[in-house]
Amino acid sequence: MTTESKNGDDRAPHSSEHATRYWKRNLRLLFAFLAVWWVVSYGAGILWVDALDKITIPGTGFPLGFWFAQQGSIYVFVALIFLYTWTMNRLDKEFDVHED
Amino acid sequence: MDVQTWTFLIVGATFALYIGIAIWSRASTTGDFYIAGRGIHPVVNGMATGADWMSAASFISMAGLISFMGYDGAVYLMGWTGGYVLLALLLAPYLRKFGKFTVPDFVGDRYYSTGARIVAVVCAVFVSFTYVAGQMRGVGVVFSRFLEVDINVGVAIGMAIVFFYAVLGGMKGITYTQAAQYCVLIFAYLVPAIFISILLTDHLIPQIGFGGALGGAVGSQVADGSTIKLLDKLNQLNTELGFAEYTSGKKSTLDVLCITGALMAGTAGLPHVIVRFYTVPKVRDARLSAGWALFFIAILYTTAPAVAAFARTNLIETVSEANYAQVEGEKSIPQWFKTWEDTGLLAWVDKNNDGKVQYVAGAALAGKPSFTDQRGSHGERLVSNGNPDTKNELYVDRDIIVLANPEIADLPAWVIALVAAGGLAAALSTAAGLLLVVSTSISHDLLKRVFVPSITEKQELLAARVAAGFAVMIAGYFGINPPGFVAQVVAFAFGLAASSFFPAIILGVFAKKANREGVISGMLVGITFTAAYIIYFKFMGGTPDQYWFGISPEGIGALGMVLNFLVAFAVGRFTPPPPQEVQEMVEHIRIPAGSSAPTAMH
Repeated sequence: MTTESKNGDDRAPHSSEHATRYWKRNLRLLFAFLAVWWVVSYGAGILWVDALDKITIPGTGFPLGFWFAQQGSIYVFVALIFLYTWTMNRLDKEFDVHED
Repeated sequence: MDVQTWTFLIVGATFALYIGIAIWSRASTTGDFYIAGRGIHPVVNGMATGADWMSAASFISMAGLISFMGYDGAVYLMGWTGGYVLLALLLAPYLRKFGKFTVPDFVGDRYYSTGARIVAVVCAVFVSFTYVAGQMRGVGVVFSRFLEVDINVGVAIGMAIVFFYAVLGGMKGITYTQAAQYCVLIFAYLVPAIFISILLTDHLIPQIGFGGALGGAVGSQVADGSTIKLLDKLNQLNTELGFAEYTSGKKSTLDVLCITGALMAGTAGLPHVIVRFYTVPKVRDARLSAGWALFFIAILYTTAPAVAAFARTNLIETVSEANYAQVEGEKSIPQWFKTWEDTGLLAWVDKNNDGKVQYVAGAALAGKPSFTDQRGSHGERLVSNGNPDTKNELYVDRDIIVLANPEIADLPAWVIALVAAGGLAAALSTAAGLLLVVSTSISHDLLKRVFVPSITEKQELLAARVAAGFAVMIAGYFGINPPGFVAQVVAFAFGLAASSFFPAIILGVFAKKANREGVISGMLVGITFTAAYIIYFKFMGGTPDQYWFGISPEGIGALGMVLNFLVAFAVGRFTPPPPQEVQEMVEHIRIPAGSSAPTAMH
């Protein structure tokens, strides 16, 4: 799993190049997660709302854009945070920068 | 038992619970007082953050606002939840790694400047006081309506309770109390929502009933034998009465974008929310507890739009064309109409003298109702400011939707009492969190870090308690003598947080080279621009047709934030980069490992 030295609890300090690679991976993840965040709220909920409202979610009375604006975006927000937490915990371990 | 007995019983029991928790979790060190000794479990912290965040406005006013705004209400729903994604991804883990106690701590250390620290303290105190005045008022309103005590006595009782557990327990006491308050408020919100969902759509879950067909005891009467979706029926009712279709909006797309943006960034920049993420043991707990916080908030925030749609349908069906006086065999207004008319939150002007309530688009009155002492020919309270230009005869205060919902839907007395306890929990939990920010700002950021660095831990703790005590008094004063502009200044709180703290913290973490000169000028430009725009339109008589590109004052913080970023970058290019040790600190906070190291002590 780890790419660098692994000394149990008293880990040796990593090189600054190692820290940079960790940070770049984190930024890529952030970019991807924030893209989804933007698409469901500002995109589906606001900018494309009129087009999406032409579609009704089958079996309900929800116009799709209205649903994203008042319900769907919030569900996606919650899922995004938990998913990011999970992904970051794995990344922290992979780079051996996790706590304890 | 009647409503009042139930209310005394339930409110009394919840207050006893809060006080019990406060005694059990007293703070003994400044670490306990400011950040609960960093020992809070992420799920508990999530609940506490939820209660801290959801104020009297979320609990009492939001569903009502959405009910009257339709689609446009989404700005609040998305704005006040989407900010948590920013918090969890961009702020909370790094601020937790940084350690220390407050937001001004971060701003002051990261930008190696006492000036920046003081600017941050002033913003934090201003934002928090703005907010807390509204909470105290909310407490007063709930007391006066449900317990029929004087509004000022209500505020005084609220002050006493908050004083007790904020001063005694500090952050530790507040956190556990808030977790209990979350449970009370969410239960109080969901019970009537579920009842109404069953009555109108025959669905147990409001979020599903919201999209379902009309059905159930009340819903089938509304549908009148046909099978029709609730939202379709609501659109139809709204259109017939001349309102905009419920599922489409009236605001311009740009304005909706800006308001949502300002509320999201403002949420992520509010000091009383950020400080909650200092209380967990680890960086990964900070991420996780933001997730739990939003989960707990989302339960209320996805229920609110459903409640809004149910209440709107129910309101129109019950009052439209109903006789004000009870007429045998004809539709007449229900009892709750008169109860709320007595509190001044409803008013009816019989413009065409037919004795029936015409509820159509347009403002029924010029502003809020100003009641005369007389009664009209049907027994209604007369108002002196009827608006002759419209046919609408009904004035409805937005707050009624949640407060009167149980009565509108004819729910049992204990449900009504529960709503009172929930409203109080929402107001008190937010007030306590805000007061703590104020007291910490004074005892820690100003006394300890700027003016009297030699102060001992014991003295600092005493100063924090004294400051909390004073803050409660000032908040109570504003609750009893509310400045006329409480509602307007909320736009201020979010606008200022969005255009000052948010960019400063983001740059502090993500731009290693962001320097003191750039960020301070960015904050000053952002705040000045946002404040000037809001002051002009809210207090100096600016009119909506003068809005820049149609952006309302609620949304201007988004533009202020962009300006802040631009100025910070531009100035940063021509001024010296931050010193080496500050750049190393930034490297350090970007990596989770080592957060348990004693960086937090001083």
